[in-house]
Amino acid sequence: MIALFKRDIMLAFRSGGGFGLALSFFLIVVMFVPFGVGADLALLAIIAPGILWIGALLACLLSLDRIFQLDFEDGTLDVLATSPLPGEAITGAKAAAHWVTTGLPLTLAAAPLGYLLNLPSEAYFWLVASLLTGTPALSFIGSFGAAITVGVKRGGLLLSLLVLPLYIPTLIFGAQTVTRAATGQDPLSTWAMMTGLSLFAVAAMPLAAALALRVNLR
Amino acid sequence: MLHRLPTPEGLGYLKRMNIRTTSLGCTRNGRAILSGISFDLADGTCLVLRGSNGVGKTTLLKTLAGLLPLQQGSLQIDRDQVAYAGHLDAVKAQLTVEENLQFWAGIYGTGDIRTVLKKLDLSALADRPAHALSAGQKRRLGLARLLVSKRSIWLLDEPTASLDSQSTALVARVISDHCAAGGTAILSTHLELPIRKVLTLDLGKFTSKSADSEPDPFLDEAFA
Amino acid sequence: MSVWKYANPAKFMSLSGRVLPVLTVLSGAFLLVGLVWGFFFTPDDYKQGSTVKIIFLHVPSAFLAINIWIMMLVTSLIWFIRRHHVSALAAKAAAPIGITMTLIALFTGAIWGKPMWGTYWAWDPRLTSFMILFVFYLGYMALWTAIEDRDTAADLTSILCMVGSVFALLSRYAVNFWNQGLHQGASLSVDAETHVDNAFYLPLLVCIAGFVLLFVSLVLLRTRTEIRLRRLSALQVRGSAT
Repeated sequence: MIALFKRDIMLAFRSGGGFGLALSFFLIVVMFVPFGVGADLALLAIIAPGILWIGALLACLLSLDRIFQLDFEDGTLDVLATSPLPGEAITGAKAAAHWVTTGLPLTLAAAPLGYLLNLPSEAYFWLVASLLTGTPALSFIGSFGAAITVGVKRGGLLLSLLVLPLYIPTLIFGAQTVTRAATGQDPLSTWAMMTGLSLFAVAAMPLAAALALRVNLR
Repeated sequence: MLHRLPTPEGLGYLKRMNIRTTSLGCTRNGRAILSGISFDLADGTCLVLRGSNGVGKTTLLKTLAGLLPLQQGSLQIDRDQVAYAGHLDAVKAQLTVEENLQFWAGIYGTGDIRTVLKKLDLSALADRPAHALSAGQKRRLGLARLLVSKRSIWLLDEPTASLDSQSTALVARVISDHCAAGGTAILSTHLELPIRKVLTLDLGKFTSKSADSEPDPFLDEAFA
Repeated sequence: MSVWKYANPAKFMSLSGRVLPVLTVLSGAFLLVGLVWGFFFTPDDYKQGSTVKIIFLHVPSAFLAINIWIMMLVTSLIWFIRRHHVSALAAKAAAPIGITMTLIALFTGAIWGKPMWGTYWAWDPRLTSFMILFVFYLGYMALWTAIEDRDTAADLTSILCMVGSVFALLSRYAVNFWNQGLHQGASLSVDAETHVDNAFYLPLLVCIAGFVLLFVSLVLLRTRTEIRLRRLSALQVRGSAT
């Protein structure tokens, strides 16, 4: 399991995709918002929590199809399925590797990008905290969607259609946490709910993904 | 997962029989294609599956490996000893030869990939990225994975496809050595491989007739 | 005789062929009676005027939109556990009806919302929940069409339906946290104090019965079509094999 986790991270670095691509996308989304709504700093401060969360979510979505697709195409998944690793360990390790190469860097990049959007200073801590415990939900729920669509050729669009509705609760609680912090309310309750959701996703999604993967390997 | 058959001989006998199937049937895309396959395979033997394209060699191998659900009959095989190699190499192009093997050694919980590299003439290529390998070298890397797995039952789908005679001989030698050491191999190939103690199974004889298969509920004659 | 014998496609076809005409006529009758009663023989609301009468379309469709998803969840579970083909096909057949009901509920709600709240659309928790339900239906149907192999498609859509149900429920609670609503409380409840007046209640029940019968007829019809399609392709495969 650790071997698979390490190899996925190594592959993300080697192919140059995973890491840099998601971050650049996040930067571009954030940069586009003032182009779209105007450079009014007061307005940006209001919408910053939502934009940062949606930007991180979309950047995460970009690399989801790589979780299983490449291993499916070159036969690695077939071999892994007959290896001593149980299916849940395969999907769990791969989702965790996706989080390390996508969710974690996005969390770290969010604070400087928040500054660009004039995020109120009280909200930085909660921005990082909410992304840190919320992005695992994005990776693990996303891995389920990736497992469902792994057999579909050019399934990227379908993957987005399946996964985005599943992201709704995470997005609502995550963005609410930051908004509440920015407007002087208590963000702890929404943060706790989002973190609970995240823990649920980490615990349950590998099972569902393994089930879907087994169907797709038939 | 061990699927044991109730037999009068008892477990002592079964232990020597590495793989046993009884009137096994396979389906592909919901259609029965093979049925009535029965064989016992003892340790140290190699079984070659023959038959024209589409007869179901891959389907049978996948069923034996547990990738496809068992449709008919019974199958006794120690899944913890199965090493499966499909017609794809499962080689990561971005990783070096050594890293690829190291990964599989980690997955199977075995160490020492050096002797395997040496055995398959891959030592000189250890640091080469896999995308720079030729087809034959890649296939050798795929075989190296089987050796690294330290598992006794090899299921090989077309291990000789797109290989020249020299590489084919190497594949045959590795399989021979595996069987000589007490391992078992089931492979599909169109070539005559120089392997000792080889059995042949012509799958063409087991092509399923519709009467053998479970009736498709959508072909029920009682349809209104 | 267990109920599972109707999981056999041929048995299902013969039974559904017999009940379908009856159900169709019944649903037409119930809808006609309910809607005419509701539209022409109920008093105007003292506050809402005659606009309130859209309730006879809005509430039944909203009721079905949610319950069709639940029915799909149940049939998906049956397919997943007992491998009855008819069950998977019924789930597939129900989805387009469910999405249509969701759309009807959203549109009638918008038409009703304009005179009442002064807007066609507001990001109210209930409205938003229906929007979310709509995208869940979309994803489910898209997955059915994307996968060639039928059993694989049935398996994967069942898994999606189960996981989707959990997240749809979570979304429902999440949107309650996110925005306070304009929407009135439930129109139907067992508690006689809170639900709508009896003058509306009885024709509403007739309308709901009519909608449910309509749904059952449509889902039987569509399941029959799916079964015929499966039979057609099974015959084609057999024809090409011999």
